Amino acid sequence: MTEKILFKYIDQPDQYKIDTYIKNGGYQAVPRVLKELSPEQVIDIIKKSGLRGRGGAGFPTGMKWGFVPKDSSKPRFLLCNADEGEPGTFKDRELMQKDPHQLLEGIIISSYAIGANLSFIYIRGEFAFEANRLEEAIKEAYNKGFLGKNILGTGFDLEIKVHRGGGAYICGEETSLLSSIEGVRPLVRLRPPYPAISGCYECPSAVNNVETLSNVPHIIINGAEWYAGIGTPKSKGTKIFCLSGQVNKPGNYELPMGTPLRELIEEYGGGIKNNRKLKAVIPGGVSTQVLPVTKVDVKLDFESLIEAGSMLGSGAVIVMDENTCMVETAYRLVQFFEHESCGECTPCREGTYWLSRIMKRIVQGQGRMEDIDLLLDLCDNIFGKTICPLGDSVTIPITSTLQHFREEYEYHIKNKRCPVERK
Amino acid sequence: MTKEIEEKILSLKGKFPKVKTAILPAFHILYQESGYLDPEGMEKISELLEIPLMEVYEVASFYTYFPSEKTGKYIIRVCDNLSCLLSGAEKLIGYLEEKLKIKVGQMTPDGLFTLSTVECLGSCGTAPVMMVNEDYYENLTREKIDQILEKLSKK
Ligand SMILES: Cc1cc2nc3c(=O)[nH]c(=O)nc-3n(C[C@H](O)[C@H](O)[C@H](O)COP(=O)(O)O)c2cc1C
Ligand code: FES
Repeated sequence: MTEKILFKYIDQPDQYKIDTYIKNGGYQAVPRVLKELSPEQVIDIIKKSGLRGRGGAGFPTGMKWGFVPKDSSKPRFLLCNADEGEPGTFKDRELMQKDPHQLLEGIIISSYAIGANLSFIYIRGEFAFEANRLEEAIKEAYNKGFLGKNILGTGFDLEIKVHRGGGAYICGEETSLLSSIEGVRPLVRLRPPYPAISGCYECPSAVNNVETLSNVPHIIINGAEWYAGIGTPKSKGTKIFCLSGQVNKPGNYELPMGTPLRELIEEYGGGIKNNRKLKAVIPGGVSTQVLPVTKVDVKLDFESLIEAGSMLGSGAVIVMDENTCMVETAYRLVQFFEHESCGECTPCREGTYWLSRIMKRIVQGQGRMEDIDLLLDLCDNIFGKTICPLGDSVTIPITSTLQHFREEYEYHIKNKRCPVERK
Repeated sequence: MTKEIEEKILSLKGKFPKVKTAILPAFHILYQESGYLDPEGMEKISELLEIPLMEVYEVASFYTYFPSEKTGKYIIRVCDNLSCLLSGAEKLIGYLEEKLKIKVGQMTPDGLFTLSTVECLGSCGTAPVMMVNEDYYENLTREKIDQILEKLSKK
């Protein structure tokens, strides 16, 4: 196993304090960047490192920053996405709770790279403890001169504000996040214009995930080549995998990209609970396709998971044993998306409602055989027809469980009960 | 609304590039103060931040974290999303209903507890999970729930 990067000091109880962070090598990247590198050089290093977004889409981070215009007369903003709402995902919380300065250092460098003097950390409302911890860390960083006016005498100014959300999953979607910060009803927005051109307050902005930004100081200190040497040829670095569900040792595991799913479940997760058999895995949060046990040897990286018929998403690996009903699972996830649809696009607003009704009757033993085609037809009418990807996401639990576990749907409909024997 | 809270909300005004950004922080202050977004507080927010009342409600109604009606002194939010369900959340919700003698969505007659279910709390590695007001309780068991409720009832 390669060394941990983000979680190297995660078990040190005082790592959240600035002195411990500095003692462990922290805040060395900020002076190097501000005193020795131009913003273009920073962007170049991040591009060369191959770092890709950890929030779900895997977009190359350096390239995203490169889209922010350098010559704009408008202010620019860096927005840290700490909304962490994708069911199964719980890595950003641990990063903010236990190593907040690592994130702040990443934000300072990233803000410098795009020319932002104000940055918001948009954190989900429920994370009150973590929001407080960040506020404390920001105060410490101000006192040591890493934030505020004229940082370390270099002339660069930066203010970081912690902005708490209010319990809406959709606010993690980048355009909804912008609206939420602006203080209007946080509906999603059509792209283009992309946030890089017209984002927060219609000014050039970059939105990046907590884990993405936390990687930045390490890349600066150790170099792009070092980072690019970890992982697979196209998915670089480590990834924090959030392992949950029916495993013996759930938790966050930082491992190199390309680690086999089986290794994560068996070696790190200690195998399936109660000596049961593995049935299925959702590898990247509930917006990614469920994989049957036959795919357990897939490698966990962007490319391999697409090849296997799913996605890396946020790295949230949800494990289900033989006693799990896949129809009920799909129904629960459809209910989630129905609840969280912002209601702006008709296919998503109406579609989630109908999918949920049909799934309910199948689960309750009142389904009809035609319902399966009806579900697929509805999914077809939602997928790709909405402003944001939530519309696509709602179809994924249904189409992927139908692909791999169609017989469970048919059993429910024919026998009016669940095929899974609960032990 | 006390003068102190009014001033807290008013002081948000100059903190952001645009004043409307203050709306979510103002909701958090009001929620801390009243336990819900009460009508009088909402009018005050509108007045202090100079945002039309209709717009204040338009934004507020989007966010499920802030109750729109009076709740118990303690709001219990139990996660019933996938990872928690796989870890036995359903039975624990039943247990809470039994113990508190109310259903999900209701408040105990003494006004102490409101029981609700919520979507993923971002703590699935320590499922099952619930929040009581702004505190997380993780790796829940029946015994833990007994202890938590007993402690809170005595406070
Ligand atoms: C419905 C929806 C919810 C999302 N929620 C989050 C989230 O909670 N956290 C996050 O970082 N990205 C989330 N994203 C992805 C963001 O839109 C965006 O791609 C990401 O923050 C970019 O950062 P990155 O490039 O560093 O990954 C969500 C996307 C969608 C469509
Ligand atoms: S599913 Fe319950 S905390 Fe994530």
